[in-house]
Amino acid sequence: MTHAVEIRDLHKSFGALSVLRGIDFTVDPGQVVCVIGPSGSGKSTLLRCVNMLETPTSGKVVVNGAELTDPDCDIDACRRTVGMVFQQFNLFPHMTALQNVMIAQLRVLKRGKADAERIARENLEKVGVGDKADAYPAQLSGGQQQRVAIARALAMDPSLMLFDEPTSALDPELVGDVLAVMRKLAQDGMTMLVVTHEMAFARDVADHVVFMDGGVIVEEGPPDRVIGDPQHPRTRTFLKRVLDPTHAEVGGAPDVDAIHAGKDAPEPGRAAPSGFEHGA
Amino acid sequence: MSTTTVEPSGPAGTPPERTGLSPRKRRRISLGIQYAIGLVVLVALVIVIDWGQVGEHFFDPDEIVKLFPNIFLIAMKNTVIYTVSAYVVGFALGLVVALMRLSSVKIYRWIALVYVEIFRGLPALLVLMIIGFGLPMALGVQMPFDIYGKVAIGLGLAASAYMAETFRAGIEAVPKGQVEAARSLGMSQSRAMVTIVVPQALRIVIPPLTNELVLLFKDSSLVSALGITAATVELTKFGSDMGITAGDTTPMIVAGMSYLVITVPLGIAVRKLEARQRKGR
Repeated sequence: MTHAVEIRDLHKSFGALSVLRGIDFTVDPGQVVCVIGPSGSGKSTLLRCVNMLETPTSGKVVVNGAELTDPDCDIDACRRTVGMVFQQFNLFPHMTALQNVMIAQLRVLKRGKADAERIARENLEKVGVGDKADAYPAQLSGGQQQRVAIARALAMDPSLMLFDEPTSALDPELVGDVLAVMRKLAQDGMTMLVVTHEMAFARDVADHVVFMDGGVIVEEGPPDRVIGDPQHPRTRTFLKRVLDPTHAEVGGAPDVDAIHAGKDAPEPGRAAPSGFEHGA
Repeated sequence: MSTTTVEPSGPAGTPPERTGLSPRKRRRISLGIQYAIGLVVLVALVIVIDWGQVGEHFFDPDEIVKLFPNIFLIAMKNTVIYTVSAYVVGFALGLVVALMRLSSVKIYRWIALVYVEIFRGLPALLVLMIIGFGLPMALGVQMPFDIYGKVAIGLGLAASAYMAETFRAGIEAVPKGQVEAARSLGMSQSRAMVTIVVPQALRIVIPPLTNELVLLFKDSSLVSALGITAATVELTKFGSDMGITAGDTTPMIVAGMSYLVITVPLGIAVRKLEARQRKGR
């Protein structure tokens, strides 16, 4: 059986800083995989390697049977089947919501204008912002913008959707709308790879959860086990802090000092990878 | 700092000693002095200047009448033609050079860099002379449309270097996430540039590009150095020639006001655009 995503021994360095240090994992068609982990753990970089927004230093990325790391791969063609949703939405501000959802259909898929508009409206309707078709991004709330961004990706009929912390830039009361759309997508059978801090979402919706730290996969498995009953101390520390932040102690719980000594290694570079993502 | 409101005077918190005047009074006196200076200068000017002479030589109605209608039909028209044609050339060249500057081909980046350095560093007048006299003399190259072609290319080259840098800044100001979003939708690098980045960059650079138009408008006065006829004359030459002939400043003043008739509204338009952009963000 072909995997939707297959990643083998993936490494990624930014100069001297290695962000991914040997990642192996697969996503099967129809599966929802959530990647969790502390910031700077490399999970966003991993996701961006799946559609080659970051070029891996070494290793293999195969999406829908096509090896993207092959230098002769037509990357633009492969990306058409992979939708991506960004933390900062990245809607095109000079276009209305409808135009945002239409533009790639017209220019990339070469669909006719009438078809593109019909598909755009269907998808806007599907994510619950059908009435905002003529609004510009600046006139929409964060939650509405993110849903337009999801519609924009869906209009390309992708077989895989990548979500890079889709709710992290949203006001708390707007998170639910976006998660509801994602949950519905999952129920409809979409293959999804989601980097998220929403543990409740990961636990409810994911088929498989991957916990990353320091550029490696520390623990993975079904959500009940990884989130409900984590085996690795690093996973436990992380979940404890995320699920119960008000009771975190300064510098971490005393009983995990030893773990922290181990965790400190990737620490100096923690800020750098996100700098690469948002800077320049 | 709130030292003045601290009541208890410990060793560290002594309130500052009251000088004779309160800050409020001092401010009032300072303001009064400023108004007084302005008033004195104004009164002095009114007294010193011979207003009869000013009226006669700066705003002589007889001289003003003589300027019409040629100042509009010929001089203003030519100034606008020179400006707009040079602007169009500069805009097109500037955009191409900016894209070359950002190209992934190293040679193109180098060519663009050298181009910008040369045409930004040379005086516009010299570029105009080289195009207008130098090339025809040396190579026998004749520009199309005679002087209009020379001006469009000469001033356009000089302007394109600035515009290229403006375009580059605009393109670089478009967030990286925009290209990523476009690429993730399957657009090629060049498709993303044309469809997503450049339209946003142009919006960002409208104010500086309008300033460039104002600068070119004034630089069109350099054209007179190419030796122009009564039919191809522009505002500055027209005004100064008429002034010298008449032995009167009025034509120059009117020519100057003709420039302002265009540049002032342009300036207002730029400020409005900038205000609108700030609101849009």
